Amino acid sequence: MEVHPEAGKEGKPSCALVELQGDSSLQVEISDAVSERDKVKFTVQTKSCLPHFAQTEFSVVRQHEEFIWLHDAYVENEEYAGLIIPPAPPRPDFEASREKLQKLGEGDSSVTREEFAKMKQELEAEYLAIFKKTVAMHEVFLQRLAAHPTLRRDHNFFVFLEYGQDLSVRGKNRKELLGGFLRNIVKSADEALITGVSGLKEVDDFFEHERTFLLEYHTRIRDACLRADRVMRSHKCLADDYIPISAALSSLGSQEVNQLRTSFLKLAELFERLRKLEGRVASDEDLKLSDMLRYYMRDSQAAKDLLYRRLRALADYENANKALDKARTRNREVRPAESHQQLCCQRFERLSDSAKQELMDFKSRRVSSFRKNLIELAELELKHAKLKGPPGAPSAKAV
Amino acid sequence: MAAEREPPPLGDGKPTDFEELEDGEDLFTSTVSTLESSPSSPEPASLPAEDISANSNGPKPTEVVLDDDREDLFAEATEEVSLDSPEREPILSSEPSPAVTPVTPTTLIAPRIESKSMSAPVIFDRSREEIEEEANGDIFDIEIGVSDPEKVGDGMNAYMAYRVTTKTSLSMFSKSEFSVKRRFSDFLGLHSKLASKYLHVGYIVPPAPEKSIVGMTKVKVGKEDSSSTEFVEKRRAALERYLQRTVKHPTLLQDPDLRQFLESSELPRAVNTQALSGAGILRMVNKAADAVNKMTIKMNESDAWFEEKQQQFENLDQQLRKLHASVEALVCHRKELSANTAAFAKSAAMLGNSEDHTALSRALSQLAEVEEKIDQLHQEQAFADFYMFSELLSDYIRLIAAVKGVFDHRMKCWQKWEDAQITLLKKREAEAKIMVANKPDKIQQAKNEIREEIEEWEAKVQQGEREFEQISKTIRKEVGRFEKERVKDFKTVIIKYLESLVQTQQQLIKYWEAFLPEAKAIA
Repeated sequence: MEVHPEAGKEGKPSCALVELQGDSSLQVEISDAVSERDKVKFTVQTKSCLPHFAQTEFSVVRQHEEFIWLHDAYVENEEYAGLIIPPAPPRPDFEASREKLQKLGEGDSSVTREEFAKMKQELEAEYLAIFKKTVAMHEVFLQRLAAHPTLRRDHNFFVFLEYGQDLSVRGKNRKELLGGFLRNIVKSADEALITGVSGLKEVDDFFEHERTFLLEYHTRIRDACLRADRVMRSHKCLADDYIPISAALSSLGSQEVNQLRTSFLKLAELFERLRKLEGRVASDEDLKLSDMLRYYMRDSQAAKDLLYRRLRALADYENANKALDKARTRNREVRPAESHQQLCCQRFERLSDSAKQELMDFKSRRVSSFRKNLIELAELELKHAKLKGPPGAPSAKAV
Repeated sequence: MAAEREPPPLGDGKPTDFEELEDGEDLFTSTVSTLESSPSSPEPASLPAEDISANSNGPKPTEVVLDDDREDLFAEATEEVSLDSPEREPILSSEPSPAVTPVTPTTLIAPRIESKSMSAPVIFDRSREEIEEEANGDIFDIEIGVSDPEKVGDGMNAYMAYRVTTKTSLSMFSKSEFSVKRRFSDFLGLHSKLASKYLHVGYIVPPAPEKSIVGMTKVKVGKEDSSSTEFVEKRRAALERYLQRTVKHPTLLQDPDLRQFLESSELPRAVNTQALSGAGILRMVNKAADAVNKMTIKMNESDAWFEEKQQQFENLDQQLRKLHASVEALVCHRKELSANTAAFAKSAAMLGNSEDHTALSRALSQLAEVEEKIDQLHQEQAFADFYMFSELLSDYIRLIAAVKGVFDHRMKCWQKWEDAQITLLKKREAEAKIMVANKPDKIQQAKNEIREEIEEWEAKVQQGEREFEQISKTIRKEVGRFEKERVKDFKTVIIKYLESLVQTQQQLIKYWEAFLPEAKAIA
């Protein structure tokens, strides 16, 4: 099914998630997207006056796997070990929505044509919303890369943006997926070992504080995200409930010949409007709250990963120190031990410095994003609530 | 003072009152005002109050509605019968004032009393018909409350006792205010007595609330959880509505059994209401037999009115059932929403605690508080959804079943008449045969016998016809009354329900407005 988001970019959700101080030397956006059978094709458009590029404006078509390839390339690059790598966009998932549309199509005879049309409309809107979200997620990933002074200069990034042909990056096969999964386990085990058993002492208060903070924060934001999702789904459920109620009230009203007719029809109309409003409330909470929480859940995970890398570097440094001491006492292979220790020290210090900056950026990014989204959420909620009944208007009274 | 009441404006203007609403407009209150602008006469007591700026009535009146006991819903509904006089529009005014004015419900009752006591003593000596006619123009001053559910006894023999309070100025009662303790089976017993006396002559006897073995067992066992308190509250409200409906019926109100139920402190235990008793089983057998009979009776309907009405009720029944199922789903989902909102509020609070940026942390805590309050709102709305909307629908589904039962009785009555006619015919034929037969010695005796039988059956036929006509007449009146009550009930509830929705929205506005500056304060 071909679905195109409006090229005009009304209300870029990407801006809501991350406030980016970009400069105009490199601007990236997803200008178009097409959803096919089981994949989505994104058209990535770049505007740049950087000398590196052949043209000032160009675009390529990319699929989700290529984004993942780019992300992994950054993660595996030692040069960026001291930076928070922007979290990879989640895989586009239309499964649930497609299933629902299919079930609706199979038909339920007790549903009237009007109700059917409304439900179909709801599901289509849902599909479209999911589509827009996935575009936004992919876009913000690229835009963060483009805004970061170091990350934007990566060669792979340029290739991603410019290379006209398919990058021939296939999706991870089962072995690679398993490998990735195992790597994560090893990582957490390693982290536990470093900090726990070997009793690695954190030398810097700042990082000590950050670590404790991030661990707790990540868990809690994940919780909040899950629960916000549930609230959003409940709102949607409620909106769906209003459909048969409105229909039943309409038919009751049309059968009455007395005063009740007006009452029923009015109530039916009210439920219809409530349905639309509940739907809007649900989607606003989704965008402003759930999505934001989800994004920062991933971003805080990326920050945690950075801390882990630094910790690893610290451990390596400690080990190098120990090795150097041992070499000195034995007076054998002192020079290689010395240079190894030097390297570890430098690496550790480099990571610490950049990590500090990155974490502070993370905080300010987070705060400003929360601020923006919470304000917008409150304003939208107010707008919706007022639509249903402003206090100043003429209230009910007998004629 | 009873001000001059102008006759309500007749129907034409109503549809045009329905304005097209734009986005910014007040959806709810214009809805409510349209409903209430249909024929209504202003309450005398409320006239001055209505001049007060309507805006200030916004939040307050709904507070009045929601704070009061649920029983006021029906107290006011009872009051409305007073406006129902023959020269008025039969489809009468709604009760706009409790919703709108700060005047509390008690003032509704007070002004009436002096006018009612005038008609009350007259009721004594009238015949049943005259009383019924009077009922249409009569004012009913009787208010019933069911309250204070109390668990009596222990274990499986435990039961809930409810306090039934009656406030009345009708002189058939010895006091003007009195209360008694009753248990659920007492209510069922009352219904069964009334049904056995009045159903078969065509009166629509309001059905009693349903039994629930599961619900009661939980209560007996002593589970003090929210679901059993909910169950008890649901039952209490249902019993109250049941009694209110029953006393509103002018004929049933006269019944000595009803009076005994309301007044006497000791009531003989109604054992026949137990499901598994002999009487219970007999009831089930009778019901099955009735169902079979209904299928086999082919009635020659001479009166199209009955056929029309039956069809109408059938349609109404189906639609109410459908709506009821949907509303039940709504109640369930709103409760889920409330639970999810509460859970989210907690995790938002936790997140706020973790957050090390002070202003953001405070804002998140505020968000958590807002969500908690919203959860409360959802709970209240679910309560309103259920007690106003859903219960009204289920009450009417059962009432319509009673109406259908009454139509069935009429059919049975017809069948009886028809059978009598057939038997009479047979007897006459037999007589004719005897006349032509040539057995002189037996003739005289046989002739007498058959004469007697024919007279007997003639009388039965006449009686059958009378009964049939009587039941038809009663049903017509009953259905008319039922329809009036139905319109009134639904309209009242719809308005109240709308107001609950308005109230919720207004509260939401307040909460979000309080939160917005906090969000903006994040530095």
